[in-house]
Amino acid sequence: MSFWEYLGNRHQQLLTDGFQHASAVFQCMVLATLIGVLLAVATYRSEWAGNLATTTTATILTVPSLALLGLLIPVVGLGVAPTVIALTLYGLLPIVRNAIVGLRGVDPTLVDAANGIGMSRLTRLVRVELPLAWPPILTGIRVSTQMLMGIAAIAAYASGPGLGNLIFRGIASLGSANALNQVLAGTLGIVILALLFDAAYILIGRLTIPRGIRA
Amino acid sequence: MPEATGEPSETSGATIRLEGLTKRYPGTPTPAVENVSMEIRAGETVIFVGPSGCGKSTTLKMINRLIEPTSGRIRINGEDVTDIDPVRLRRQVGYAIQSSGLFPHMTVAQNIALVPKMVGWSKAQVASRVEEMLDLVGLEAREFAGRYPRQLSGGQQQRVGVARALAADPPVLLMDEPFGAVDPITRDHLQDELIRLQHELRKTIVFVTHDFDEAIKLGDRIAVLRERSHIAQFDSPEAILTNPADEFVSGFVGAGAALKRLNLTRVRDVGVVDFPTASVEEPLQRIFDLLGPNGTNELLLLDRHRRPYKWLRRGDLSRARESLARAGSPVTHHVSRDATLRDALEAVLTDSGGRVAVTGRRGEYTGVVDMKTLMNSVHELLEEDRMEAVEHQHDLAEERERQAQAAQEGLS
Repeated sequence: MSFWEYLGNRHQQLLTDGFQHASAVFQCMVLATLIGVLLAVATYRSEWAGNLATTTTATILTVPSLALLGLLIPVVGLGVAPTVIALTLYGLLPIVRNAIVGLRGVDPTLVDAANGIGMSRLTRLVRVELPLAWPPILTGIRVSTQMLMGIAAIAAYASGPGLGNLIFRGIASLGSANALNQVLAGTLGIVILALLFDAAYILIGRLTIPRGIRA
Repeated sequence: MPEATGEPSETSGATIRLEGLTKRYPGTPTPAVENVSMEIRAGETVIFVGPSGCGKSTTLKMINRLIEPTSGRIRINGEDVTDIDPVRLRRQVGYAIQSSGLFPHMTVAQNIALVPKMVGWSKAQVASRVEEMLDLVGLEAREFAGRYPRQLSGGQQQRVGVARALAADPPVLLMDEPFGAVDPITRDHLQDELIRLQHELRKTIVFVTHDFDEAIKLGDRIAVLRERSHIAQFDSPEAILTNPADEFVSGFVGAGAALKRLNLTRVRDVGVVDFPTASVEEPLQRIFDLLGPNGTNELLLLDRHRRPYKWLRRGDLSRARESLARAGSPVTHHVSRDATLRDALEAVLTDSGGRVAVTGRRGEYTGVVDMKTLMNSVHELLEEDRMEAVEHQHDLAEERERQAQAAQEGLS
């Protein structure tokens, strides 16, 4: 069976896997963004706390994904739970680091001005600091998403959803008729999804970064 | 809280009273600001001036508690604000800083609307206020409201910064070297603008600068500060110029105090002298007669709208074969009645005849200033200042004596 025939026969299954893959990455990104920005907001003002947050998330990233899943499965079981936890943890570093850099990079005279005209700390954060730090945060989210696209494929090891299942099935049955097709379809699907997500982020940037600070 | 009406309040500013204000940073042997006490009257412009690092900015920032004082009290309109919620305090104190401090991700209108929105004005009130404020600082609302700060020039940004600081109509305005980052010409314009604004609004303004000329130009009173914000002298610009309290102040005033004094007086405050004039519409014969042997040596020819047109000397006319268009030398310099004596002196020095025409609001001739009038008025001014300063010192000495006596009586 040629690759194209394979695609024609299995497109239903492929679309489902692709959708689940995208959905898993998207949801984990939302989680990672929320947690990452919160972490950054909580730590950026202090030198050591900020560095601790960056170093911790960087350390998580150095744990091999297979190993992390292997460690999580005995604790939370198979399926969605280990996938979500692993992906969210991996997604944190770029977001935390960029958010801290972005928040620390806000011009001190603007912070002074915000305080001086009577903004409370929360107002200052929401109206001034986060909007100004938003472009680097968005870049962090983009980088994170690219990374998670690949890592999510490993989630199939923990019986998670997504295109990784195709790849694993293909590898497991190497030599059989459809093995190569499966691996190829899974990989290409991931690449296409990554490109689509990237395009979406460019659009989000256009819509959410105010004209006054757009590069 | 400033009243939440769209109308600017009729009241002038509020009094500010600093009592023994001290700021000590942990780990430093000497305080950054030590025991500053002063009283700033409602509606006056007070300038803090001093060398860099003297703590003038720190003192200013303690007034709205951007820097919390280590000890001492701050009273605004009698109310002790040292321990109230700083956010509440800052909303009744306008704050403008160097390089404007505008938020780059917000439009001009959004920047100005910030404080009124925070204190709870309605949408309609905020919108009309934004327009009013832009108008007040001389920017066309339709053109500028939707722009982002980076689309403005430095001077325009600074104007918007002032508009934002004044938007919620605070009785007090703090300005921290607001014009420090703009070019000299723009700075001059902004200073003039501030003088005009203050004339209309009568806020209490505390203004920090290291530029003594700026201090003289803007201040009702000037506090010359030395290290740790010690007040070396706190007095009117005239008094500081003519009678500096000590060597530090005179060093800071710098050379040319008499020249600087010229900046404080306007042409309309000194006598302008009359000069023989004639109008271009008058018959040539009359002009001849005026310049004749029994008349004057020189006259000022005015155009149809009575604006200075030409200096005409005896003989000019005959040399130019009786054509008014060719005779005489055109008036190149003239000063308005609102010009400073310094501008007038500049014009007199540049003019070949050593005199300059003074014009009224529509450019019409009102008189002439020459070297002699200038010299006389400057001498008179300096003499007056000196007398006043001596009197003032006398009063101060008496006051001190009275206090000393009272203290002694209290002890015994």
